[in-house]
Amino acid sequence: MLRYILRRLAWSVPTLLLVTFLVYLALRIGTDPVESYKRVNPRASRAKIQQYIDINGLDPNFVQGYIKWLKNFITGEWAPSIKGRREVWPALKDAMANTLRLGTAATVVGIFFGLIAGVLAALRPGGRRDVFINTSAFVGISIPPFISAILLQLLFAVYWQRWFGESLFPTSGVYPAGHTGFDLFLMLKFMALPTIIVAIQIIATYSRYMRSSLLDVMNSDYMRTARSKGISERRILIKHGMRNALIPVVTIAALDVGSIVGGLIITENIFAYPGMGLYFLKSFGDGDFPLLMPWMVVIVASILLFNLIADISYAWLDPRIRLE
Amino acid sequence: MTEKVLEIRDLHVTFDTPSGPLEAVRGIDLDVEAGELLGVVGESGSGKSVSFLATMGLLPARVRVTGSVLLAGEQLIGASNKYMRSVRGRLLSMIFQDPLSALNPVHRIGDQISEMLQSHQSLSSRDAAKRAMELLDIVGIPQPSDRARQYPHEFSGGMRQRVIIAIAIANNPKVLIADEPTTALDVTVQAQILEVIERVQDRFGTAVVLITHDLGVIARVADRVNVMYAGRNVEQGTIDNLFDHPSHPYTRGLLASLPRPGKQRLKPITGFPPNMVKPPRGCAFHPRCDFAADICKSEMPNLVSYGNLQTACVRARELPKSERFV
Ligand SMILES: Nc1ncnc2c1ncn2[C@@H]1O[C@H](COP(=O)(O)OP(=O)(O)OP(=O)(O)O)[C@@H](O)[C@H]1O
Ligand code: SF4
Ligand SMILES: [Mg+2]
Repeated sequence: MLRYILRRLAWSVPTLLLVTFLVYLALRIGTDPVESYKRVNPRASRAKIQQYIDINGLDPNFVQGYIKWLKNFITGEWAPSIKGRREVWPALKDAMANTLRLGTAATVVGIFFGLIAGVLAALRPGGRRDVFINTSAFVGISIPPFISAILLQLLFAVYWQRWFGESLFPTSGVYPAGHTGFDLFLMLKFMALPTIIVAIQIIATYSRYMRSSLLDVMNSDYMRTARSKGISERRILIKHGMRNALIPVVTIAALDVGSIVGGLIITENIFAYPGMGLYFLKSFGDGDFPLLMPWMVVIVASILLFNLIADISYAWLDPRIRLE
Repeated sequence: MTEKVLEIRDLHVTFDTPSGPLEAVRGIDLDVEAGELLGVVGESGSGKSVSFLATMGLLPARVRVTGSVLLAGEQLIGASNKYMRSVRGRLLSMIFQDPLSALNPVHRIGDQISEMLQSHQSLSSRDAAKRAMELLDIVGIPQPSDRARQYPHEFSGGMRQRVIIAIAIANNPKVLIADEPTTALDVTVQAQILEVIERVQDRFGTAVVLITHDLGVIARVADRVNVMYAGRNVEQGTIDNLFDHPSHPYTRGLLASLPRPGKQRLKPITGFPPNMVKPPRGCAFHPRCDFAADICKSEMPNLVSYGNLQTACVRARELPKSERFV
């Protein structure tokens, strides 16, 4: 197992190199970073432009350029953003922290309630409760987040203010403008609406995964064996049913979490929530190569990492799978 | 007179299907005596599995089950779920056809046996684990202490069926119902599994109900036979009497279709089993019976004593004497 993990980690290095090279190519061909720089800084001197080209590895030769970029990236010689000459790492770090906070909260809430709803639905397939949960899940999936977000903003901010004098939840940002330092309660208040929006999607998706997975398991022969043992319904459900039904669900969850690191673009955009998604939208809009490349590296690395976690959890939950 | 451990009387099981109610079991009478091996034969769809799933209380609640099933004198039909749970796995155990999928793939073999033990006896985990190894040894699995720690996928089909038998007999039940325990296995393994079942029956005095559509298997191991057709029993008797002079035309047909030394051609029963949503009136076998007469279409025959057998055929007394099949 340990050897497998080490080997996978070792393999992720060439994978990362290859994928970042492809991303580098795509950005260079698709956005022309040098032009973007000139556009944002119209009065930049020749020397300044050359300096920008050097530190970002934007040489005419793509391979040489990539190697140069890679060297600077690894040694920490990161170029500042083209707009406002901000340092990239602090911006990226904040965006990651914000997205992870929102993503984790929404995932924990969403998967918890999603699994419960899925199990309740599967216990009596076709029953009234099943129909209700299925319909709700369908509605939850079909309402696009920007619509549900606007509805919630209207309810908790606009109307709440009209009815009770002040809004219950703020509708944008992480803290009020000008706030400094850490304030958990304030932060939770700001996170509430975006968390609900993302969690609704997750609940809807996972209740369906869990329902169909559990229904599959419930009809299997070993469940009949379990029933013929005379053990309690509860034990049959948990030890035999859920234990098996969770195997595919956990694997999907690990992969999903990996992609959440990429940001919850729509939700972050609506709530002006400064996470990875918003970071990407802004820097892509500006053609800000120095901001974009490290973002890409983080995304690729997290997808690789969570793929590994998915495989490990699969093997851990299912003794039939051996990691070689 | 031996003691009856299981007495089934007038058992009916009806499913609701899209094409209407389907009465899969239409009034079964059957006794199982302590320690005996009763064979239950019949074509596919004759209601063998459903009868015993009903006995175990394993049919979904919406399936209609009526009649009487007495296990050691206690009524099981209509009993509470709680009571049925205490019966299942303790007094009455059932093993199923497909050993490959009957064990939970994510739990260790030893744990799956211990679970059965601990749900009906107050045993510490350690004692249960020890007993589980003894059971593995009883059903003929070598190196029980290593094997107990393995998972089902590390066992062959025959070995898995042994494990399932170990689970079923863990609490020394009065009756072990084996629903086609060897059908999915290859021939040499089949013989081994039958031996294990016979050994269990001998050693613990467990009564065994062996469901199969293979009369050859019945001939080898059973004491008595119950022949089923279209949800009814059509003939019962000891193995010797039944093979000696079967009287019901369906039983005769089954025996005539058995491969035997010195016989070149097999004579299968013509026609198909009936559609159970709308079974033939009267004797359900009449469309396929060589001896059918008008009376067979109107009168549903019940089991009556005929010679040494119990036979459900209105014309039993008029039929020619059958050839011997021993
Ligand atoms: N869940 C169910 N819903 C509807 N009909 C069913 C159900 N289970 C069984 N039946 C019907 O009941 C009848 C008897 O089935 P059963 O499984 O008892 O047959 P069997 O004698 O065990 O046959 P086999 O040798 O194939 O196992 C069949 O006609 C079958 O279609
Ligand atoms: S009752 Fe009639 S149809 Fe049925 S088995 Fe006897 S002879 Fe044949
Ligand atoms: Mg069957």
